Amino acid sequence: MYKIVKKRVLNPTVTMLDIYAPLVAKKAQAGQFIILRVDEEGERIPLTVAGYDRAAGTVKIIFQVVGGTTMRLNAKQEGEYISDFVGPLGCATKTNGIKKVCIVGGGVGCAIALPVAQRFKELGCEVHSIIGFRNKDLLILEEEFKACSDKLTIMTDDGSYGRQGVVTAPLKEAIEAGEKFDEVITIGPLIMMKFVVATTKPYNIPTTVSMNPIMIDGTGMCGGCRLTVGGRTKFACVDGPDFNGFEVDFDEAMSRASAYAEFEQREREACCNLFKKAVK
Amino acid sequence: MAIQPKKNEMPVQEAKVRARNFKEVALGYTPEIAVAEAKRCLNCKNKPCVNGCPVNISIPDFITKVKEGDFEGAYAVISQSSSLPAVCGRVCPQETQCESKCTLGVKFEPVGIGRLERFVADWHNEHSHGKVALPESNGHRVAVVGSGPSGLTCAGDLAKKGYKVTVFEALHTAGGVLVYGIPEFRLPKSIVQKEVETLKNLGVDVETNVVVGKTITIEELFEDGYEAVFVGSGAGLPRFMGIPGESLKGVYSANEFLTRSNLMKAYKEDSQTPILRGRNVAVVGGGNVAMDAARTALRLGADNVYIVYRRSMEELPARKEEVEHAEEEGIKFEILRNPVELIGYYNPDDRRDHKNGSVAGMKVIKCKLGEPDEKGRRRPVEVAGSEYVIDVDCVIMSIGTSPNPLIKDTTAGLEVNRHGGIIVEEETGKTSKEGVYAGGDAVTGAATVILAMGAGKTAAKAIDEYLCKK
Repeated sequence: MYKIVKKRVLNPTVTMLDIYAPLVAKKAQAGQFIILRVDEEGERIPLTVAGYDRAAGTVKIIFQVVGGTTMRLNAKQEGEYISDFVGPLGCATKTNGIKKVCIVGGGVGCAIALPVAQRFKELGCEVHSIIGFRNKDLLILEEEFKACSDKLTIMTDDGSYGRQGVVTAPLKEAIEAGEKFDEVITIGPLIMMKFVVATTKPYNIPTTVSMNPIMIDGTGMCGGCRLTVGGRTKFACVDGPDFNGFEVDFDEAMSRASAYAEFEQREREACCNLFKKAVK
Repeated sequence: MAIQPKKNEMPVQEAKVRARNFKEVALGYTPEIAVAEAKRCLNCKNKPCVNGCPVNISIPDFITKVKEGDFEGAYAVISQSSSLPAVCGRVCPQETQCESKCTLGVKFEPVGIGRLERFVADWHNEHSHGKVALPESNGHRVAVVGSGPSGLTCAGDLAKKGYKVTVFEALHTAGGVLVYGIPEFRLPKSIVQKEVETLKNLGVDVETNVVVGKTITIEELFEDGYEAVFVGSGAGLPRFMGIPGESLKGVYSANEFLTRSNLMKAYKEDSQTPILRGRNVAVVGGGNVAMDAARTALRLGADNVYIVYRRSMEELPARKEEVEHAEEEGIKFEILRNPVELIGYYNPDDRRDHKNGSVAGMKVIKCKLGEPDEKGRRRPVEVAGSEYVIDVDCVIMSIGTSPNPLIKDTTAGLEVNRHGGIIVEEETGKTSKEGVYAGGDAVTGAATVILAMGAGKTAAKAIDEYLCKK
């Protein structure tokens, strides 16, 4: 059992938890992920590491409440336990040879982008961050990003905060204005990452994407997380989750991500009803 | 007394009924049948059956105890050599091992050794109190990586010798392939759990949710005070064919399909883990895993389940019993067929149709058997122009695995072969790294439970000798 040491609600649908898992905390690096189960009957879900405190033995995760499992996780309170927490899995984000980086995060993906930005800052790189949200209410981690970015641009779809528009607009402007990024790293919805890649490709700026496909074991056994990268089958759990964005088949990844859409819909409704009952 | 020429049949669930449930297929001997079967044993002098067993169980001795009605005594004999009798009695290929060597088998059917082993283990599990004398500790610590058949065997043998053993398991439940791979209807998970409990009673610690190579490295295990490490991390990444359409929705590796159903219990209606319940399911491959996947798909409610295999029925690598069970249950064998393409569903009028991108057909080409290959198996030769499409909505690829890279990538000095399998000395399981031993699928690639157990046993013996000398 793994204790929830701290719980913080970042916005109405995004929650941050610090989980006591000293072995994982000792090893975790930016870009890696963990797999958890909320309870004995729970499914295994992968979540990217959003931070860690090696001394305290805790690992930070940030998740959006999107389905049955994340609802159950969100219903847990500080001091309570979840049944399983394993990691760190996957490879850490590569940082060598990079002096100037642009981090492009979207929505809850910003939670994963943050430790990557922090890591580059620690290494003394020049960090530009562009983070996008649907609206002001969904904005998260602004202060944290400010602290680790030489330049921070916040975008909202509706213009309720920061600039109005999508993340690719300021990215393109920066490149056109002559900013020489050694690398662009993007983490967020598949469709956003696809467009970030489309933006950087004409300028041939190396672009890393962080993939989060459906997976079960996370250790290279089930093959559920396979992607086509450069025309070859790759497994996000052991080969990734970071990949060269120019080579990832995003359309296929988007199709595969919807494999259980109907089931997830039913689960979500069943779970909502369950929690409604519990509240009564 | 005349010898009964045939084995006593083991009661089974009727094919039509069992094809729609996940309860165990074979129901096991009653004490009366077991004694009758034991009486068929000639108790011959040279005991060839013992050599046919990868863990050398004293088969005639335990059968004699069964004959006498001393079932607990029979269990004591088996457990000297095997840590997992209830598992082996169910999943060992006895027909190619102990039973193939049986003297009685020269003229008649061999003694049903597997069925007797299963009976004895089940009898023990039902009647014992789970209390065993804790072996006296010798103060040495050994780490075992992986809680599958090789790891559990190695842990059990070392614990019996007084070692303090910790087993590290990557998943949330111990048992390895016994819990994620082999289905409930062939090996009930309660039995695996019981075998793991037996080990815990011997003083073995089982740490789940630890991925060696990620959470902790082998080097760190030594730093933590373990004096030897056994690696039984199992087979790894599933293979795919490399044909178009393998990334369509509804295309699974057998590992994923079985893990969803077995480990995550997706076969239960209220499971939180989803699984696609296909109406027309094609399983590509002909091994035991393919049979397990096909029979699972049927139990999940499929109308048609096909085994698509490129050679003929003669060459199917699966156990004969499994093939027969599958046939009885209504699995259709599309033999001498090789898939060339998986065809997807696309609705040009509705981009949001949730079925878009799902598999809808499998194009196969007919094959005939040509010249034998280096292993002596006749090679399938494709018949030009013979392609046709099978209507499917789920495809399960069961064509093997390649070794997991996590441990070799993080362990300096551990040599692997060109397939990625860990290189060991066959007689000891010793690897190129001092104090590290390995066995099971991590070494051999996909093989059987009992071979993995044999390797775990060999390594336990070698580790004991190594640490005694040290």
